[in-house]
Amino acid sequence: MTTRLFGEPVRRREDARLITGQGRYLDDLGAGALAAAFVRSPHAHARILDVDVSAALDVEGLVAIYTWEDLPGALAEPLPLLIPHPALTHGRTAYPLAREIVRHVGEPVVMVVARDRYLAEDACALIRVGYEILKPVVGIEEAVRGVHLVHEDVPGNVGAHLVQEVPGHGGVTAREAVEAAPHRLEFRLDVERSACTPLEGKGVYARWDADDGSLRVYSSTQTSTSVRMAIAAKLGLPLPKVEVIAPDVGGGFGVKIVHPWPEEILVPWAARLLHREVKWTEDRREHFVSSSHERGQVQHVRVGFDDDGRVLGLEVEILHDHGAYTPYGIIVPIITSTQLLGPYKVGAYRVEFSSIYTNTVQVTPYRGAGRPQGVFCMERTMDKIAAYLGRDRTQVRAANFIQPDEFPYDQGLTFQDGRPLIYDSGDYPEALRMLKELIGWDSFAEEKARAAAEGRRIGIGVGCYVEGTGVGPYEGGHVQITSDGRVHVSTGLTSQGQGHETVFAQIAATELGVPIEKVSVVTGDTRRFGYAVGTFASRAAVMSGNAIALACRKVREKALRIAAEALEADPRDLEITDGKIHVAGVPSASIPLATVAVLSNPLRYAFDEEAKRATQFAGPASDDRPPVAEGEEPGLEGRDYYSPVRSTFAAGMHAAIVETDPDTAEIRILRYAVVHDCGKLINPMIVEGQIHGGVAQGVGGALYEKMVYDEHGQLLNASFMDFLMPYATEVPRIETAHLETPSPLNPLGIKGAGEAGVIPVSAVIASAVEDAEGITIDRMPISPSDLHHLRLTR
Amino acid sequence: MNETRHRVTLTVNGVLHEAEVPGRRLLSDCLRHDLGLTGTHVGCEHGVCGACTVLLDGEPVRSCLTFAVTADGHEITTVEGLARGGGEPSPVQRAFTECHALQCGFCTPGFLCTVTAFLRDNPAPSEEEALEAVAGNLCRCTGYQNILKAVHRAAELQAEEDR
Repeated sequence: MTTRLFGEPVRRREDARLITGQGRYLDDLGAGALAAAFVRSPHAHARILDVDVSAALDVEGLVAIYTWEDLPGALAEPLPLLIPHPALTHGRTAYPLAREIVRHVGEPVVMVVARDRYLAEDACALIRVGYEILKPVVGIEEAVRGVHLVHEDVPGNVGAHLVQEVPGHGGVTAREAVEAAPHRLEFRLDVERSACTPLEGKGVYARWDADDGSLRVYSSTQTSTSVRMAIAAKLGLPLPKVEVIAPDVGGGFGVKIVHPWPEEILVPWAARLLHREVKWTEDRREHFVSSSHERGQVQHVRVGFDDDGRVLGLEVEILHDHGAYTPYGIIVPIITSTQLLGPYKVGAYRVEFSSIYTNTVQVTPYRGAGRPQGVFCMERTMDKIAAYLGRDRTQVRAANFIQPDEFPYDQGLTFQDGRPLIYDSGDYPEALRMLKELIGWDSFAEEKARAAAEGRRIGIGVGCYVEGTGVGPYEGGHVQITSDGRVHVSTGLTSQGQGHETVFAQIAATELGVPIEKVSVVTGDTRRFGYAVGTFASRAAVMSGNAIALACRKVREKALRIAAEALEADPRDLEITDGKIHVAGVPSASIPLATVAVLSNPLRYAFDEEAKRATQFAGPASDDRPPVAEGEEPGLEGRDYYSPVRSTFAAGMHAAIVETDPDTAEIRILRYAVVHDCGKLINPMIVEGQIHGGVAQGVGGALYEKMVYDEHGQLLNASFMDFLMPYATEVPRIETAHLETPSPLNPLGIKGAGEAGVIPVSAVIASAVEDAEGITIDRMPISPSDLHHLRLTR
Repeated sequence: MNETRHRVTLTVNGVLHEAEVPGRRLLSDCLRHDLGLTGTHVGCEHGVCGACTVLLDGEPVRSCLTFAVTADGHEITTVEGLARGGGEPSPVQRAFTECHALQCGFCTPGFLCTVTAFLRDNPAPSEEEALEAVAGNLCRCTGYQNILKAVHRAAELQAEEDR
């Protein structure tokens, strides 16, 4: 194999179209389609009394108005609860259009279809919905009091309650271990809500073909295969009559894995009913109030430790605000409660969470998916232990690390995929050593003293995490070499900017020995690949990357078999260079893959010159064997799947130096360092890009972003004017170093990298601000105003 | 009731276009849906994200805050018009690819237009000036580091071209 592209910073193959305005995002499709718009609830909790559409009927270009009453069959039922769990005893999902009760501001009540979006919105504005306002439940504390209920049949507003307990040595419980420890601490932590906020919102565009009774749907989704199954089920269509395509998608970060969104089934339904193309493009305000949020948690921690800071027992109680509905189950608090342990051995551990309903937007995974909260908890704990003992914060962490010779390491918990939380590989002491060197940890005290002498406050912080990536159940890949020598790769999962067309092409080119220019990759198109799970949990490279590699190996084997016959050689002596199969060391005796592709498909009809070679009178053939041998298939193609026994565990450690203004309490990040280990790198340029983007989102979550609800359940900052996403001026330069401990679980030795950057940032910034100010930081994000008030109450 | 429509004449990327639009039609919608130039993207429709930035008589404007009728008789450059004759990418476009300054690509057209106008006026910017130039556009994917790199790289490529 000479075409070595795996591991190289290959430039992205997506870019050519995206820098010239030739990308095709959802709203770029369907010129002339009818537009859908929605009347959404202005109240957080209310009973719908009546819907009066009369004033809207005269609007120019109006085509249709629908309420829940109009929905037939399965469409009138609640949306699916995607990930059931025994602990989710009171899971509830919304109706596609509200039925009787609305439970958050933004819940869709009426769908309008009109000639264009302006006119559809005109009609929406004229529809009068009568409401009886009910008492809204806002905020975790208010919700757990259970005085008012989000769902009448969910007592105490508790959707789920789960306890996991890992005993320590000799079966000691966490409670006993904490009580018996030489030192104990007890505290509360708070993390605010944030949201994915991709620059492109959601969108759906449906084309009904009345002539053959089929539906083609484009959706800005992270899972086209599952949207397809949901649409077929909800609309009562045979699966082969529905195709779903994720076109270019303008960012996802988790929110677009939830499905089917109401619009994903309502728009196709309307298209079929009206025999017209229908499109809905979410606007920014809709995204804030009707997509998903994440992060909001309250944590109560009790920890017992010894004189070296080794944790002997840890008890954590988590209150998780999941908003009004639970379509994505309890994945977020499960991840928080399991990934909380990070790179540490904690003796006995008990974690208990309650997942709570409130009259706010639903909570589903956002990049990091519960890990930022868990890491915030564990890393605050480490810093508090260090402060209590008067020890260096990195020393306390090192004292608790799982050691390199202890892998595979079983944390004794059940992870989000229902499988044991067993870390496959890692080297945490080395990662910490690299990080301390990168940021200059050991010389920081002098730097801080120098700054103090100038009247400046600076502080350093650190945070470590382990991330379960590449969760199952599976992904697949299909690879076809056509008679022009081109390699067509497809996989079912979707892309939202991760560069899959590039990295999967690198894998295929490397495995097949062809120039990357010959390879094209299609993702997220059910016409090309129907079986897939989706893009989330840092799984695309691990899952589809390995599946494509395995499919390529099948194709390669077949190609060598056919070539061996043609070259009268032993297939074991053959290799592929630059798209030609030849005897190793003898490049002259070769046959192009294009020709092998021709030979792989016995023909009756020649459609071009090259094809003549495969026709029935072209050459000698055995009279005793069928043209397609037993166990063979025509064509030079292969399909394979990768289904891992369990997740593979990436890890990383971040450090930051911040400066706080003594007067204004402004917080500025002076330096930000990342040591990152995602196993073998396929494309270091793309991995670094993922880290940069993750850290930037983490900075947003640590210093700027929160969802501000008032007591009525109104989201006060539902615009980019008020929800402060970082600009270039807010994000520091990120210094990175890579450690590569390959995963033993998959053929390519890789681990996921998509979410990593965001995970420890709040913990790191809290640690650094605390160091600069000498004030305990137990709540994130922290604004200048928050810091100012903390100073006043110190 | 039917809305009054106005005839507008726009020169977009050097090509004369005529359209009949209601007074309230945004320039972004006119470009995208009336003229079919979907490279200009809409990320917030309230002028904060900058994805919809186009050049109006050479100056960057938010096309989501501009009515199509306001642009009547003016020259507009969109991302589709940044490439050189023959479709060769401009230095700014090349720099964005070289530096991996885009991921999902949704905000990219706005950055490309902004940076194109900026480097025309300031061909050799300092770090501070480059930062200031892109600080009015939101990107949720890249963390901006590579975008800043691309601004400087584009300045280099442009200087090489001008030599």
